[in-house]
Amino acid sequence: MQAAIELEHLKFGWKPGKTLLDIDKLRVDRGERVFLQGASGSGKSTLLNLIGGVLEPDAGGVHLLDITLRALSKTQRDAFRANHIGFVFQMFNLLPYLSVLENVTLPCRFSHGRKDKAILRDGTVDESACRLLDHLELGHDELLRRPVTDLSMGQQQRVAVARALIGSPEIVIADEPTSALDVNNRDRFIELLLHECELQESTLMFVSHDPGLHDHFDRVIDLHHLNQNGSKQ
Amino acid sequence: MILLRLTARSLWHRRTTALLTLITIGFSVMLFLGVEKVRTETRNSFANTLSGTDLIVGARSGQIQLLLYSIFRIGDATSNVSWQSYELVKNHKQVAWTVPISLGDSHRGYRVLGTTEHYFDHYRYGNRHLLRFEEGRRFEDLYDVVLGAEVADKLGYKIGSEIVVAHGIGNASFSKHEDKPFRVVGILERTGTPVDRTLHLSLEALEAIHIDWKAGVRIPGTNVSAEEAARVELQPKQITAFLVGMKSKVATFHLQRSINNYRKEPMLAILPGVALQQLWDMVGIAEKALMLVSAIVVVAGLVGMLTVILTSLNERRREMAILRSVGARAWQILLLLTLESALLTLMGVGFGISLLYGGIVLAQPILESHIGVFIPLTPPSIYQWKLLGLVVVCGTLVGLIPGYRAYRYSVADGMTIRI
Ligand SMILES: Nc1ncnc2c1ncn2[C@@H]1O[C@H](COP(=O)(O)OP(=O)(O)OP(=O)(O)O)[C@@H](O)[C@H]1O
Ligand SMILES: [Mg+2]
Repeated sequence: MQAAIELEHLKFGWKPGKTLLDIDKLRVDRGERVFLQGASGSGKSTLLNLIGGVLEPDAGGVHLLDITLRALSKTQRDAFRANHIGFVFQMFNLLPYLSVLENVTLPCRFSHGRKDKAILRDGTVDESACRLLDHLELGHDELLRRPVTDLSMGQQQRVAVARALIGSPEIVIADEPTSALDVNNRDRFIELLLHECELQESTLMFVSHDPGLHDHFDRVIDLHHLNQNGSKQ
Repeated sequence: MILLRLTARSLWHRRTTALLTLITIGFSVMLFLGVEKVRTETRNSFANTLSGTDLIVGARSGQIQLLLYSIFRIGDATSNVSWQSYELVKNHKQVAWTVPISLGDSHRGYRVLGTTEHYFDHYRYGNRHLLRFEEGRRFEDLYDVVLGAEVADKLGYKIGSEIVVAHGIGNASFSKHEDKPFRVVGILERTGTPVDRTLHLSLEALEAIHIDWKAGVRIPGTNVSAEEAARVELQPKQITAFLVGMKSKVATFHLQRSINNYRKEPMLAILPGVALQQLWDMVGIAEKALMLVSAIVVVAGLVGMLTVILTSLNERRREMAILRSVGARAWQILLLLTLESALLTLMGVGFGISLLYGGIVLAQPILESHIGVFIPLTPPSIYQWKLLGLVVVCGTLVGLIPGYRAYRYSVADGMTIRI
């Protein structure tokens, strides 16, 4: 099976000489749903930035879908990220000045690849957004027209999921997307997220320090075990 | 395109501060363009005051002083030119025409100018326009007067109105030539020059009203009636200044030198174009200072915008991170903020232009009556468009500062959302 994410001898530190991450090997297969766990400050978000190609490792390599990020220029990495990765963050994921629909379709405006895929699948980008929002139980017309700031936290996170999934990116990365949700909302959110990822055959990298979520995932990775540099935070 | 849309939407979201910024820039641009416009118009009306005259001749004084009192009706002549000297120049073989000018009296704040009917044949302004009559005709009878457009307009005179000329200059002159009233026989078309603010009558009429006067007061006991005065020989003995037209331009300098070196009477002959330019250069210093001040106001407006954008930047770091996560390149973040200030400046300039033109429509009559400058509603000149373009370019360049900051932020933050 093709690897979605592959890390090799990866080293990264924010300051020279202080290594934060030192990962010998990590491989996530395509379609796999991985739960990445680690204490606050352990470097989870940093790792996601490395995978997203926004940060460059000090040593070692990041391979996504068999592409070596190091071989790409900055702009090419930006383009690669736009084309192949969808992100969901902890909270306030949405641009307050855009409507729900515009927020969801935003990645298609920066990536032709995802725009084309959305159109191929649903006819138009807007149709695609509506389908996703509908699946995520946000399909009411009335809701689409409201300013995003009026939505509840749970609704906002689901809009963010729709945005991460539009144009079927191969990899979806979620950085503690449930930490602002209550337990009921959280479970419902994860179910919807997993279901949509499965439908689109997207690989999911889910980051959290909440151990109660393990059961939903194929594999649980603890950053402390993974990180050779585990002694330090 | 998406960037432009995002910028516009983002600005709309922050419309209160955006609007305030826009207003600041708008007002500064209005001021800047306004000063520039007034400057050009003043310069034009300056240069257009007199044309087609080769020499202005008066008693010896300063070049600018002569220009000011003979053409702009500002200040007074210190002494006069004798009729003999005038005749001498008039009969010079190279001289095509002469127009004598006699100043000194006024009517309700407007100057009275004594001249001959040649004035209407030879006085030219702007692009060599002759004076034209809105109504009526030249003065023919002794007590006829021809009004400039503004005089007729402001004082409400019509053909046939009776006018009393006051002795001396100034609105509150007590001595009036009440015994010899004038009748309005003509009203000139508006010229945008001091002619509009002048009452024209014949040299003989000036003689007639002063027949029983000496040194500014009425000679006690004498009282020559208007009819009696008309029968006396009214040969003027001196005039204030005169305009000269040459048969051939080449001879102008020669005649000028001869007049200036004339032994029997100290006289000064000036070239109107040169004197106008010199006068303009003097006024020009003030005008340049004004331009500088208004340019600084524009800079202040742009700095205000910079402050607003930089202040907003911190709370917008999240926005940048989100955009990065959906695939925006780092340079697109830079462009986004640069576009924002470009857009703000552009709209500010647009707002400034509309403010100015709105202002001109409202202020046109006031400006014209108070400073005598008519500001027409013409579109900005190429030079003015260039200035406005420069403002937009500066605004855009200013936007590079927050743009670069945001770029640095988004490179440092990546997709990590920081507050
Ligand atoms: N932009 C940055 N510049 C310098 N240091 C940073 C930066 N971002 C993170 N760090 C440091 O790197 C370490 C790991 O941070 P990171 O955000 O990756 O942790 P995390 O595991 O995601 O924590 P949390 O669960 O709280 O989100 C922290 O010590 C943090 O101070
Ligand atoms: Mg984190």
